[in-house]
Amino acid sequence: MSEPEIAEPGAIVFEARRVVKRYGHVVALDGVDFELRAGEVMAVVGDNGAGKSTLIKVLSGAVMPDGGELLLDGAPVHFQGPMDARRRGIETVYQDLAVAPALDIASNLFLGRELRMPGPMGRWLRRLDKKRMRDEAQRHMDELKFRLPAITHAVEDLSGGQRQGVAVARAAVFAQRLVIMDEPTAALGVRESGQVLALIRNIRNRGLPVILVSHNIPHVFEVADRIHVQRLGRRVALTSPQEHSPSDIVAFMTGAVRMEAA
Amino acid sequence: MSVTLPAREPALRSIGRRLATPQLGPLLVLIGFLLVFSLTTATFWRAGNLSLIAQQSVILGTLAIGQTLVILTAGIDLANGGIAVLGTIVAGRLADDGANAWLALALAIVLCTLVGLVAGGFVAKLRLPPFIVTLGLLGIVTAATRLYSMGGAFPVTDPLLGWTGNGFNLGGATITYGVVFMFGLYAIVWYMLTQTAWGRHVYAIGNNVEAARLVGVRVPATLLSVYTFAAFLYGLAAWLALGRIPNADPNALQTANLESITAVVIGGTSLFGGRGSLLGTLVGTLIIAVLRNGLTLEGIDPLWQDLITGVLVISAVALDQISRGKSR
Repeated sequence: MSEPEIAEPGAIVFEARRVVKRYGHVVALDGVDFELRAGEVMAVVGDNGAGKSTLIKVLSGAVMPDGGELLLDGAPVHFQGPMDARRRGIETVYQDLAVAPALDIASNLFLGRELRMPGPMGRWLRRLDKKRMRDEAQRHMDELKFRLPAITHAVEDLSGGQRQGVAVARAAVFAQRLVIMDEPTAALGVRESGQVLALIRNIRNRGLPVILVSHNIPHVFEVADRIHVQRLGRRVALTSPQEHSPSDIVAFMTGAVRMEAA
Repeated sequence: MSVTLPAREPALRSIGRRLATPQLGPLLVLIGFLLVFSLTTATFWRAGNLSLIAQQSVILGTLAIGQTLVILTAGIDLANGGIAVLGTIVAGRLADDGANAWLALALAIVLCTLVGLVAGGFVAKLRLPPFIVTLGLLGIVTAATRLYSMGGAFPVTDPLLGWTGNGFNLGGATITYGVVFMFGLYAIVWYMLTQTAWGRHVYAIGNNVEAARLVGVRVPATLLSVYTFAAFLYGLAAWLALGRIPNADPNALQTANLESITAVVIGGTSLFGGRGSLLGTLVGTLIIAVLRNGLTLEGIDPLWQDLITGVLVISAVALDQISRGKSR
């Protein structure tokens, strides 16, 4: 597992240029720039009120910006909503565990994207192909090296980390271009956070870039290749765990120190 | 890098939950009552009596299918009996006035379905609480039915409208088409719930509506379909009711809404939504029918039936609550 060098980054996959978003008189995003390159985990950090959740909502299609532009693979995009962003290959993992606890793991993984039986059974009787969904769910979990009790277990029987793993895995399985994760470790303990962070690394290593929003600086330093520091609706630093220390990052977040030419 | 997680679920708790909620518990209760009544009365376990029980459970059983669908989405339907009565009155009245019986029946079922469409519209699009929407519709439908029928009951003699009361002989017992029809409906809706994506979405909406929305389940459309389809089933229940008793009575089925909720809950479906099964509802319906029939044969005051049903309802809900509490 080699850490990609900052000097030789992949192509830019997703980019925001001078994005503005106002809520009445409140300027949540004040011309923010953002970029995500192929094969990286980009952490987005910032103090409360820095506008990072607004930025994530814009990137995931949940909020339409008032100004600026988004470019996906270099082409301008205008998302009409989260579904639109998903259709273009962007999957988002939401902070509150977006799973149906009484349904089993495979059902959760394929919820909203169920597979039907081939032939007339599927087309006319709309019958689900439960075996194929179980098998594929198992295969995906194996590929992600995420170990779960059994794919037929109800999600409510899992630990918090495993549940979050299911939510993260479903995003990773269906994302064509990138995955956005909003505080995926916020509700988890130390050991469970480690499991989810390992899962994030595995997703990145399989070639899917990840945007990771987190207020947890140690977690960011564990998995991030680069760090986008946001303050007062703008990017105030674009750096990496190699270039700056956690205390530097906190200094950028609070405005105690300014970084040149972010 | 591999992430190894041990299975956290202890076997005992898993077995406990299996006993606590799904079909097994209700099934044991049903078998228990069957045993008690078979052993203590001479007439209970006879083909004729068993077929009577089946016939007696047809209306409630069909109303309870729709109720199950609604409750699985974390809703509640207080209007189902009222909608079915509307169906009986409209079909009977139109046929009485000389309309073609097929047309009368079809119009009645369509009208019932439309009431469900309205209920679903308020619940799905305006996000009004199902309790309030169906309570309001119950009042509206009941009043409209009485106005339309001018308050009185009247006999329905048309052979098509009473067709579900006919049947065939099987081993000395009469199996009515209505009974066959109800079991057919159970089979179809069971398939829809367990074998199709629509069924998964119904469960997911009741389980965690926000998660369902976030993963792309079309929540309003699914809710609308649930209330509309449930009311279509209530329209069919109206036809079954005319087969049971060839009389259109605007004052009939007044407690059917609560009885259908009782059947669903006894059958192990959670009032919180997202958990339960249609087969459980069938068992719950049969428990109510068997209890009523058996206690009558025993010569026991029918008030005991209400009392035992009440105990069963509270036990079922308590078990559901406890098992939910354990699973966080």
